[in-house]
Amino acid sequence: MKWYKKTAIVLLVALVGIQFIPTARNQSDVVPATDFMMVNEVPKAINDKLQGSCYDCHSNNTRYPWYSNIQPGAWFMEMHINNGKEELNFNEWGKYSNRKKTSKLKSIISQIRDDEMPIMSYRLIHKDAIFSDDEKKTVIEWVTKLKESL
Amino acid sequence: MKNLKMSVAAMLLLTVTFMNAQDGHNHDKMKMGDKKMEQMDHSKMQANKDAKAEMILSDYFNLKEALVADDAKKAAEASSKLIGSFKAFDREAYTSEQQMELIEIIEDATEHAEHIVKSPIDHQREHFKTLSIDITDMVAITGTAHTIYEQFCPMYDNGSTWLSTSDEIKNPYLGSKMVTCGKVQKEIK
Repeated sequence: MKWYKKTAIVLLVALVGIQFIPTARNQSDVVPATDFMMVNEVPKAINDKLQGSCYDCHSNNTRYPWYSNIQPGAWFMEMHINNGKEELNFNEWGKYSNRKKTSKLKSIISQIRDDEMPIMSYRLIHKDAIFSDDEKKTVIEWVTKLKESL
Repeated sequence: MKNLKMSVAAMLLLTVTFMNAQDGHNHDKMKMGDKKMEQMDHSKMQANKDAKAEMILSDYFNLKEALVADDAKKAAEASSKLIGSFKAFDREAYTSEQQMELIEIIEDATEHAEHIVKSPIDHQREHFKTLSIDITDMVAITGTAHTIYEQFCPMYDNGSTWLSTSDEIKNPYLGSKMVTCGKVQKEIK
């Protein structure tokens, strides 16, 4: 066998092999009472924007795209979701202390303002998740008000 | 064909090792938690109470100095020491109300310190701002044996405070750009 044939076979086997490694799915039907939208009175436009742009990685329920069933994409996504939820989980908002809430709102503002969030790989696939200048302004103004009311 | 079999076997082995490695990781964490619980000893903690809070302050001041010097790497190092000091801190000597507050402070402060460890300097300074508020609130509960100064810079992010061991201004937010910007706002004893 030629070397490149061997390499191709090894790669193929590897690709097939990793499909059998299980990944945890981040899915839930219930919206808990501690959810950000339940704890706060959130205007519809802001609710829609946050759910659409943030909740896939920052809540217990991800809207999975078809390729999420294929490795190594599923790993990549699982990693991002785990990191995202550890940083901020909108579903658990009500459990956060006021100090933590203030910190998180501050970070939400700076991340949106500086285009740090949503992350690049997510923006590439979800064009509608990108914050337009108007959306940025509306969301940041509202979040700032919420922060000051705490 | 023999080669092919070997490859398949190698892949399977890799897969299994990978899964085991993930499992093992969790176990280690749990064991470490148990050990810490065992180490808790009341009388020892009373004696260490002040020392532990002073450790946190000393790490915080090192972090502050690194930011004054625009040194992101040193700031990250100081911050990772700070995380260790937060973990070592014990609340047992305080009233239950104070403990609640301290838990919240340390939880929040640890998160900011974690970000400082892995971020570029601009981002480090953003987190340092909130961390400084946390540390100030902590000192209000724990007290300190030294005189420290709460200082204020009106120019960084609509006004920001930090703590220092000296009344001389060395600004951690602006660094070498404008190191003397700010004033002493309060003396804490």
